[in-house]
Amino acid sequence: MFSIKEGALPDRSNVSLAVLEGYAKFIRTETVRLTRIAGAGHYSSTFSCAEMLAALYYAQMRIEPSNPNWEDRDRFVMSKGHAAIGLYPVLADLGYFDPAELDTYTRLGSKYGDHPDMKKVRGLDFSSGSLGHGLSIGLGMALAGRVSGRDYRTYVMLGDGEISEGQIWEAVIAAGHFQLGHLVLLLDRNGLCIDGHTEDIMGIEPVHERFAAFGWDVQRIDGHDFPSILGAFQNLPEGTTGKPQAIVCDTVKGRGVKRMEMSLDWHVGNLVGEDYDDVMAELEAGLQPYEAEPVA
Amino acid sequence: MTTEMQNEAEIFRGTTEGKTSLRDHRSVRGTPRAGMPAFILGEELAELAKTDPRIVVATADLASANRTNDFRDVHPDRFFDFGIAEKNMITAAAGMASCGFVPYVATFASFASILGAEQIRTDCAYPRMPVRVIGTHSGMSMGFYGSSHHALEDLGMLRVVADLTVICATDANHLRAVLRKSVDHPGAMYIRLGRGRDPVVYETVPDLEIGKAIRLREGSDLTIITTGSQVRASLDVASTLAEEDGVSVRVVDMHTISPLDRDEIVAAARETRAILTVEEHNLTGGLGSAVADVLVDLPRLPFLRHGVPDRFVEVGPPAALYAAYKLDAPGLCDVARNFLSGIH
Repeated sequence: MFSIKEGALPDRSNVSLAVLEGYAKFIRTETVRLTRIAGAGHYSSTFSCAEMLAALYYAQMRIEPSNPNWEDRDRFVMSKGHAAIGLYPVLADLGYFDPAELDTYTRLGSKYGDHPDMKKVRGLDFSSGSLGHGLSIGLGMALAGRVSGRDYRTYVMLGDGEISEGQIWEAVIAAGHFQLGHLVLLLDRNGLCIDGHTEDIMGIEPVHERFAAFGWDVQRIDGHDFPSILGAFQNLPEGTTGKPQAIVCDTVKGRGVKRMEMSLDWHVGNLVGEDYDDVMAELEAGLQPYEAEPVA
Repeated sequence: MTTEMQNEAEIFRGTTEGKTSLRDHRSVRGTPRAGMPAFILGEELAELAKTDPRIVVATADLASANRTNDFRDVHPDRFFDFGIAEKNMITAAAGMASCGFVPYVATFASFASILGAEQIRTDCAYPRMPVRVIGTHSGMSMGFYGSSHHALEDLGMLRVVADLTVICATDANHLRAVLRKSVDHPGAMYIRLGRGRDPVVYETVPDLEIGKAIRLREGSDLTIITTGSQVRASLDVASTLAEEDGVSVRVVDMHTISPLDRDEIVAAARETRAILTVEEHNLTGGLGSAVADVLVDLPRLPFLRHGVPDRFVEVGPPAALYAAYKLDAPGLCDVARNFLSGIH
């Protein structure tokens, strides 16, 4: 298995952009490799959040992989559970479990399914798969931190199509009401849901204004740009009260593989033969500038 | 206004006409305890929480109706009102549970079990979170509030969920026992309560084992297997049948619907001559169906399920509905006698 990690965790306070870019590449290539084992997988939803995942786990979150149940650890809820394929390699790389276990991905009896199960995956803070639940889970974790007097943060990653679910807005209201300043929502604003562009299927813009209207502090950034992501993290307030924190990350669904970028054909797919090799080579070359298709 | 309607007004508004103004009974205190002697929920949880810091309580804008405000008054920092957002409440409870807490979340059974069914399954049962979802005012005990507020499907909906304990509280003392046992019980639970005016079955707090039925009365001719609100009526019918008909009736409080006490059902099938199940629930999918699942593997014996037919019930005061659907003692006695007469 490929890993760029050598020895201990990088110095989180001073991790280089090049190292983070390497981790984002690692997430993408592992997603492609594991999908081939399964025969089908969520490439493009994982590619859109690769930089966010890398920044969280390698630069931002207060975690201790040797002690996954550490009560003061920061929590992460992957509400868009279909991107778990990008999270598993990170957890393995950090030492939560043996990376060789990844090779069982989705096979009969494996701990690692398309949607993640906290009872099986070491280091996973909560199960997910049914969209719309994760922000409520994070809300509960943040309330628990308040009751127990702990100052950990809870990060919740939502898909943009997911926020059509009504329960999200129940949680958005409640987080503002309870003043959970240590609850951080990361919206993977990749623009597409399964049936089309979110704005055609169920429009959510201006989404940052909507969160703000519910009493959240909102930042809107380029979700593929590490300096922007790290900068947004630096802007998060200390303490456990005040406005909950939303970071709307504008991303490109399928980012990193030209044929998948903003394509509706690759929500679930499987690369075989030369296509697999071509895509791996494309990813190894690193992110190329994104060129949006001209609007017809 | 008939006497019955007047009684219902007292039940639901928690006041006797003329004694209290509308403004008063909408106060934060809500329905007085006097109107709901079986609603010891908040009081008992508050007591348990004094020695167990893991216990937290939440409701969805019904703190007075379910008396969780008795908990709030003692432990305000461990009480959360989620407003009218049941799904968020149940899922957030799962998030709290993942951090080491044991959350008790209460709302009307109709909303807890039907609106919250997926949250109970996916966020509580599947990850084995120790969330206790408490459905109050179950069955048709909301009476004239109508089918939106009835929960005649909750047992059927939730007993099919893996790794979920489904339990019906019988009365105040039984509920105390359930709550005390629940604190360290592994995994998620759905606890079904009546409307707080449930008649007394247990004079003291029973020695309860979750998943183990309580045989309240011995008998050899007929076994009535029942749960929750129907236990008192079943015991009364057993007495009547013994005195007036010379029939020996065993009565079993099958408080835990899942996992079901199979051994007790097998014992009834072997040791008595017929089985009658009684429940305030749709006949499809509830206690009777669960018992039938066991009996179908055993040698045949006369068996009858009694409950609410598979249609939405009429509107009416609770007492009138129980009479109309033969779920009060006189009606249940008729059902039992008809059943027994068909056997002989």
